[in-house]
Amino acid sequence: MLHRILLIAVLAGAAAGLVATGVQATRLWPLILEAEKYEHAAAPPAAPALADATAPAAHAHPAWEPEDGIERISYTVLFNLLTGIGFALLLNGAMTLRATAGAASRTNAGSGALWGLAGFACFALAPAFGLPPLLPGSESAALLDRQLWWAATAVATAGGLGLIAFAPARLVKLLGALVLVAPHVVGAPRLDEAGGAVPASLAAEFAVTSLVAAALFWLVLGALSGWLQRRLA
Amino acid sequence: MTTPSTQTAHVLAPPRTALPAVVAMLLGLFVVIGVGFAGPAVLHNAAHDMRHSFTFPCH
Repeated sequence: MLHRILLIAVLAGAAAGLVATGVQATRLWPLILEAEKYEHAAAPPAAPALADATAPAAHAHPAWEPEDGIERISYTVLFNLLTGIGFALLLNGAMTLRATAGAASRTNAGSGALWGLAGFACFALAPAFGLPPLLPGSESAALLDRQLWWAATAVATAGGLGLIAFAPARLVKLLGALVLVAPHVVGAPRLDEAGGAVPASLAAEFAVTSLVAAALFWLVLGALSGWLQRRLA
Repeated sequence: MTTPSTQTAHVLAPPRTALPAVVAMLLGLFVVIGVGFAGPAVLHNAAHDMRHSFTFPCH
């Protein structure tokens, strides 16, 4: 049972990761590179502000980062594949868990696509409702605060959607809706004055395009997962 | 399609364990936290463009 989930997750996750890579290469990476021009102009990378705190400036050296070009692209493709497989494990695990609980409905590409849309809501749409996707060079609240809110929102959205979709009692469905909304009532960590070096038009284009890219990724991941689960049943 | 007969079949079938699904989800959680959230600068720099593209908080 586990090896079947792992096989499907690797196949569907890698395929969806490749699709994401195609969308990113044509629509997102150019925006990231453009934004980095503004980021570097505003704060030259030669000044390692972080390293100053821990080591004398003379010995400070910035951490390794991939060379622009083929090395940087290779790492991004690698991490796209890993991210695809990671999300695929979560998605296929959840779909299998639901089937184990005695779901009568049949799994196929169509039902898988619906699961994928739910994944998009949990891991992109709901977090972006509080924390818009940012380009390098943007300024925002402390990273750890944003990561915690992002993760909590993903978990609350998943739990809330699960209760709404699968709980038999109306009252529990209502509870699911409250769980879904809670992170947005609490509110995401924000700066009073967000901004940074990146032009607003560039930031807006990236926010919209990255969400569309995420939607495509999750649709492909969900549909492929459902199809493979049926084929390899 | 939940006719009485299929309901009975469900009840009579040996209970399938949820363990593989839970293990897969824990594994997925581990991978996603590793690629999307982990702190070390080297990991951040290697995953940088993916984190931005997948709308993870990055900087």
